[in-house]
Amino acid sequence: MKVTMETVEHTAKLARLKFTEEEKTAFLGAMNDVLNYAELLNELDTENIEPTSHPVPLKNALREDKVWDYTLSREDVLKNAPAEESGGFKVPKIIES
Amino acid sequence: MRYETVIGLEVHVELATASKIFCGCSTKFGQEINTQCCPICLGMPGVLPKLNKKVVDYALKAALALNCKINQETKFDRKNYFYPDLPKAYQISQYDKPIGEHGYIDITVDGEVRRIGITRIHMEEDAGKLLHESDPTSSLIDLNRTGVPLIEIVSEPDLRSPEEAREYLMQLRNILKYIDVSDVKMEEGSLRCDANISLRPYGQETFGTKTELKNLNSFKWIAKGIEHEMARQKLLLDSGEKVTQETRRFDVNTQKTVLMRSKEEAHDYRYFPDPDLVTVEISDDWIKEAKASMPELPEKKKIRFMETYQLPEYDAGIITGEKELAQFFEDTAKEFRGEAKVISNWVMGDLMRLLNSENKEISDCAVTAKDMASMLNLIEDGTISGKIAKTVFEEMFLTGKEPKTIIAEKGLVQISDVSELEKIIDEVIGKDIKSVRDFQNGNKKALGFFMGQVMRQSGGKANPKVVNELLAKKLNAFEIKE
Repeated sequence: MKVTMETVEHTAKLARLKFTEEEKTAFLGAMNDVLNYAELLNELDTENIEPTSHPVPLKNALREDKVWDYTLSREDVLKNAPAEESGGFKVPKIIES
Repeated sequence: MRYETVIGLEVHVELATASKIFCGCSTKFGQEINTQCCPICLGMPGVLPKLNKKVVDYALKAALALNCKINQETKFDRKNYFYPDLPKAYQISQYDKPIGEHGYIDITVDGEVRRIGITRIHMEEDAGKLLHESDPTSSLIDLNRTGVPLIEIVSEPDLRSPEEAREYLMQLRNILKYIDVSDVKMEEGSLRCDANISLRPYGQETFGTKTELKNLNSFKWIAKGIEHEMARQKLLLDSGEKVTQETRRFDVNTQKTVLMRSKEEAHDYRYFPDPDLVTVEISDDWIKEAKASMPELPEKKKIRFMETYQLPEYDAGIITGEKELAQFFEDTAKEFRGEAKVISNWVMGDLMRLLNSENKEISDCAVTAKDMASMLNLIEDGTISGKIAKTVFEEMFLTGKEPKTIIAEKGLVQISDVSELEKIIDEVIGKDIKSVRDFQNGNKKALGFFMGQVMRQSGGKANPKVVNELLAKKLNAFEIKE
């Protein structure tokens, strides 16, 4: 697989990042290098191996349905809010939902 | 040209757990904003989610009730997108191994049974809520809902009309309510519905271009919203234009669907397995346990009611639509000596009318099944007339008193005593010789007129059956003195 300039631009857009042409070219090379390195895995025969979704062989880490005491006060919840109003996080108007 | 409508629904259902899916914050609805959050659901750096077992229990129950094949190895994935109501900038959801797949439910529309496929059902966390204040430049965010457990149920594009879509949603709601996994209140957002809609010329195999219609969040508007989108697409196709794949929403105020975003802006979610959560393995025993806790489901109950109680399909459908209502019916039937159809008439008539007008559920109704049965038995044995019973029932509904107490207090016992009734009839007939003449000249309407007079005179207490016989006899025998 080869990363194209479009992929770089699309990835940047998805991450809400803006780059100069120079930076984009650098990313193009870096991303291809990463993928080429990962290509090494293709040398292995994985025909009969289940895809790994998690490196730790653990299953069913579950908790009981109980309400706990670690819920924060509203004051703490809003501590990092760039702006607040009437107890809510204030953000620029969002039209779609 | 005539088109066939193709509809698939995506339904989100909040599960009725006490705590959130990945943390112990409360899920209680309607609390003060931003008071049910912790570092985990707020997405603070370094926190780790831990799955609530009851979410799996409930999702499993729902998947089984919707006849799904269970993926006994199921896992969680991250769905990445930026939105102010999503503090982590990803939603923990399920991608390629949802808990259930390939299910179906049967719906009945215009007497015809249709099987609607369920593509998949998966578990995920809810996002926060955007509050639109009057300030035109800003929105407020409440993160209480962030992390409330959801299941998303995706149907196959098997629905062919707005009515079918509505019926499917209703059936889905009834099933989920039966199995007690959600309170399915559309008005509180615990049941939410989006629709994928496309048109194709009749006979064409391939699907047309679809649009996604968001926020069809009331039973009142679901069919309307779809109808409007169908009309919009038909107009485009008829004039040779193309439908573009986009997301729209139905605006209740303008009664139109409006564009939210086009495909160019469509999200690229970059799903990948969530490294913070491990695989969930659902054992055969777990499935067995879930099946054992399953009540009789609405469709099955409906058929049993038609057979056991000889109810018409319509009645059986309405009464089994709600588990509590069905239970009320069955408890009443146990004590009632007459035909079960009489109960369904009262339940669907007076009971539902009163419940609706007071905005009450059957569970907070003051009338017990036992009292309902004893009232119906009093009609059956002639103690009260059907007409009086309506008054008695209303009083039972308002006060929760037993029917016998109400009848005694208000002196509503039916008059069946012949001599007492004859007295009233004689008086009524004597007052209107003209109508007597009409009757004797063959005008049968006059009988109804006298019937009404007797009922009025007796305050509605006269036994109509006895009065009918006596009246006819008296009227025929009456000699008019010129």
